[in-house]
Amino acid sequence: MLMLKCPYCGVMADETELSAGGEAHLKRFGPQSSAEDFEGYLFARENPKGVHVERWRHVNGCGKWFHAARCTLTLEVFGTYSAQVTAPPQDIRDAIRAKHPDWRWRDMA
Amino acid sequence: MSTRLATGGRLIDHAAPMTFTFNGKEMQGYAGDTLASALLANDRMLVGRSFKYHRPRGIMASGAEEPNALVGLGRDGQFEPNQRATTTELFDGLESTSQNHWPSLDHDIGAVNQYLGRVLPAGFYYKMFLYPRAFWKHVYEPFIRHSAGLGKAPQDRDADSYEHFHVHVDVLVIGGGIAGLQAACAAGRTGAKVLLIEQTAHWGGRAPVDGGVVDGISVDAFTQNLIAELDAMENVTMRLRTMGAGVYDHGYVLGYERRTDHAPDMGGPRHRLWRIRAARTITATGAIERPLSFSGNDIPGVMLASAVRDYAVNFGVAVGDRTLVVTNNDDGYRTAIALKNLGLDVPAVIDARPAGGGALAQEAASLGIRIETGKAVAKALGGKRITGAAVCAQAGTGSVDEEIECDCIAMSGGWSPVVHLWSHCGGKLIWDADHAFFRPDPARPPLGAEGQGVVMAAGSANGALDLAIALADADYAGRKAAEATGYRPKRGRPPEAEQAGEAPILPVWQMPEGADQTLRAKTWLDFQNDVKVTDVQLAAREGFESVEHTKRYTTLGMATDQGKLSNINGLAVLSEALGQAIPATGTTTFRPPYTPISMGAIAGEARGDLFQPLRRTPMHEWHEANGAEWEPVGQWRRPYCYIQGDETPADAVTREVTAVRQSLGLLDASTLGKIIVKGPDAGQFLDMMYTNMMSNLGIGKCRYGLMCNENGFLIDDGVVARIDADTWLCHTTTGGADHIHAHMEEWLQTEWWDWQVYTANVTEQWAQIAVVGPNARNLLEKFTDDDLSAEAFPFMTWKDVTLNSVRARVFRISFSGELSYEVATPAGMGRAVWNELLAGAEEFGATTYGTEALHVLRAEKGFIMIGDETDGTVTPQDLCLNWAVSKKKHDFIGKRGQQRSHLCDPKRWRLVGLQTLDGSVLPDGAYAATQARNANGQRKTIGRVTSTYYSPTLKRGIAMGLVENGPQRMGEVIDFPMLDGTVQQVRIVDPVQYDKAGEKQNV
Repeated sequence: MLMLKCPYCGVMADETELSAGGEAHLKRFGPQSSAEDFEGYLFARENPKGVHVERWRHVNGCGKWFHAARCTLTLEVFGTYSAQVTAPPQDIRDAIRAKHPDWRWRDMA
Repeated sequence: MSTRLATGGRLIDHAAPMTFTFNGKEMQGYAGDTLASALLANDRMLVGRSFKYHRPRGIMASGAEEPNALVGLGRDGQFEPNQRATTTELFDGLESTSQNHWPSLDHDIGAVNQYLGRVLPAGFYYKMFLYPRAFWKHVYEPFIRHSAGLGKAPQDRDADSYEHFHVHVDVLVIGGGIAGLQAACAAGRTGAKVLLIEQTAHWGGRAPVDGGVVDGISVDAFTQNLIAELDAMENVTMRLRTMGAGVYDHGYVLGYERRTDHAPDMGGPRHRLWRIRAARTITATGAIERPLSFSGNDIPGVMLASAVRDYAVNFGVAVGDRTLVVTNNDDGYRTAIALKNLGLDVPAVIDARPAGGGALAQEAASLGIRIETGKAVAKALGGKRITGAAVCAQAGTGSVDEEIECDCIAMSGGWSPVVHLWSHCGGKLIWDADHAFFRPDPARPPLGAEGQGVVMAAGSANGALDLAIALADADYAGRKAAEATGYRPKRGRPPEAEQAGEAPILPVWQMPEGADQTLRAKTWLDFQNDVKVTDVQLAAREGFESVEHTKRYTTLGMATDQGKLSNINGLAVLSEALGQAIPATGTTTFRPPYTPISMGAIAGEARGDLFQPLRRTPMHEWHEANGAEWEPVGQWRRPYCYIQGDETPADAVTREVTAVRQSLGLLDASTLGKIIVKGPDAGQFLDMMYTNMMSNLGIGKCRYGLMCNENGFLIDDGVVARIDADTWLCHTTTGGADHIHAHMEEWLQTEWWDWQVYTANVTEQWAQIAVVGPNARNLLEKFTDDDLSAEAFPFMTWKDVTLNSVRARVFRISFSGELSYEVATPAGMGRAVWNELLAGAEEFGATTYGTEALHVLRAEKGFIMIGDETDGTVTPQDLCLNWAVSKKKHDFIGKRGQQRSHLCDPKRWRLVGLQTLDGSVLPDGAYAATQARNANGQRKTIGRVTSTYYSPTLKRGIAMGLVENGPQRMGEVIDFPMLDGTVQQVRIVDPVQYDKAGEKQNV
């Protein structure tokens, strides 16, 4: 059972306090989007054996959504951060790249 | 025969005899016995039948690894199948029964299967039961169902109670053998908070049986000193009868405490699940002896050498009068020596190693025991009990040199570290060729949240079989673990044990080396599931080369013992068959729990009334006192109907519906979800949430709204009321309140976080009463001077109304097609207002009504219900609700989804009313079919029933359903085939079957 620190209330939360929300930083495609873009937004998800950036909600706690960067293979957590960003902040990227220098995420710079 | 020795047995109390039964027969044992040792003391070696061939099965081990001695324990509410006799402590009055045989253990019909062995090879079920097709349903499946499973499932409700413990510790030590004790001591001495758990009822593990000298005293005395020292440490908690069941992510460990299994009269919870968060875990879980693979190695009387030794030393039980020891390593000699010292006959030690053993072999020889080196057992002799062994050269093909008479064969194929817990959460193994076992690879431990290793193995679980090395290893692990959690170990030397000086093991995976097909076909690997050497070789030949495939094809290691004895032998045989090294084959995945744990322990207190919270409306007790038939709706209980006198529920529903249509009815609508959405951007936000426009809703007005997900499918509906300039109140379905609130929050927090909007779920803050029927206005007017006239308070508006000094918010909305008001008051006032309205309603012949009447009323009017008309694949357009889907809005959740080609397909199933030609009620979920056939030869379905009721108003069945291109087919008659083979003819009609013009609600 994972433990993640909720960046809002500061609680080290057991997985039973949290609910998983899938891949983070998806870009929403609305009514004018192409079929390909919309399909990608609705269905296509990264599923790495390795570092994953994902959404969590502190559902049995403060109720806030947040993001986590985590290795799906070793379960190492590189940090949790605000849900109100469109990409992992620099300190999180640094923490990931310290262990995985070649880490890339979709088309993120 | 197996007997109790006159003296000895370090764990039993000769002064405390106990009575127990096995298959109804009364037997005697002593306090301290396990059920297995007590059975053996009564010469009960045959204790069960194997799964597939129903072969006689005897006790094979003395601990958790036992594959054969599975029994049913207790009776009625305390009955439990598949319990290992070796880990069941004896108590006075214990009742046990054997399993998997008919009509009796000694005479079993199913045993004919063993003679069919040649036609029941690995993968038999997969190959055999394909043809002829019709045989599956009538012959094969009943046969397989009958043979499936070993024990019988309990019939009664579990009479015991269970609980969970939550614990946080610095260092968790799993295993209370000598390594675990030493590791716990080393960690405890630093001041770290330590929890030490041991699955058996005794500390010390194997060490006191195997003997040795530590720091100049006997290993037994040394162990006692460690226990005393740990006992005195306030920072150390020790628990016997508590197994480390599984190691999970980020240092989470489950412990399984069997609190009262050995003392059923003790009271309190039977089992306790320890939910442990440990900064570091040390697995000192010991090692398990491997069987040797020779023909007939499954005959009762063939036992692990260490188990034979355990029964003699711990319980004073001689498993046989004449015990032949067969081994490929020095440890087997310990059994020979122990038995000889107890005065028992050991005709020979058969040692597969050409050069024989080390110091222990010399000791055995000096006791006068005959030692045969380079030899093997070609074949064990006997049926339900061993009678002898045919001995041959290990290097040959099995030509018999001599037969040795014996009634017990003690076998030792070497030891395998118990790496299960290490492996559960990603710890990797390395093959140790010197010792012929897998052991934990210290360089690749299970990792914690910071990427640090969080588990260490210690002692024989770490591959340190030698006492001296094990103690040093455990001392190191204890110190290291404490240090990693912030404590400083003091300097000091680890305890020193005298080394035995053992000769190396010779890996032996088949005895003799060149055994022919006949011998191999009687050489068991998995004793419970009947997997033999030939089965694994067949799997390899048929292409099941991955160890995981072989496992599933042959069922090797898939029995309740999860292959604790069979795994290594099996994968060695597979490796040989594939001509590759053992590490190239690898192991199957170790999964928790280590041994089966009770469902009760997993559930803990969460059963019965505590399984989940019950939500009660303010009027709940009134319903209960007035004949409510409850219907669970999420965690709520809502009245389905109210039974009066000797009414049936159908009578009650008819009465309730009729009262509402003709005069007046009251409904407790408090469970409806109520979400406040407030803020400068609330209107814009609701325009995204709902398919229709909400921002332009006038203050004081109500509007029915639909909510979709991004796929475009309908997820909820309800009436939205505009409270003031920046406040909306959104009603949701009863079941939707929590997840729709979560849905709103998700979008607000993760997509439009810069929008200024708050949401609050106020469902439980309000009581809501629907006052419904032609007399609804007349009733409310009795309680207020406020103007409730149609002009002052029109349909689809809301108003603050004072009802007898209680301020209520009244919505003029209708889910029944009648004149209807929903009266919302603060929850605390709900019951009082309910009582007053009921008293005032008497003169109108009013009734309270439940959810079923509500459904009938809405279905008569063609109103949809989320969960009936929708199932997660239905769009608003499918339900002909296009009028509630804005065409003006640039965007809303689901808009893009609804533009997808399949969702715009004109042939989609759409909502219609359904009327049976004979007026009967259609079954729920029935499908309409045409005569056309699809590619699979099945009749093509063109629609289904989504809601169906008897309408007391129309005096016939009414239904709604989704039908292919339905709205264009009004008046058409379609077929609904019934389960009994008849066909219902059904006319497609308008979904609104009552008061189509809506005159009744708009008065």
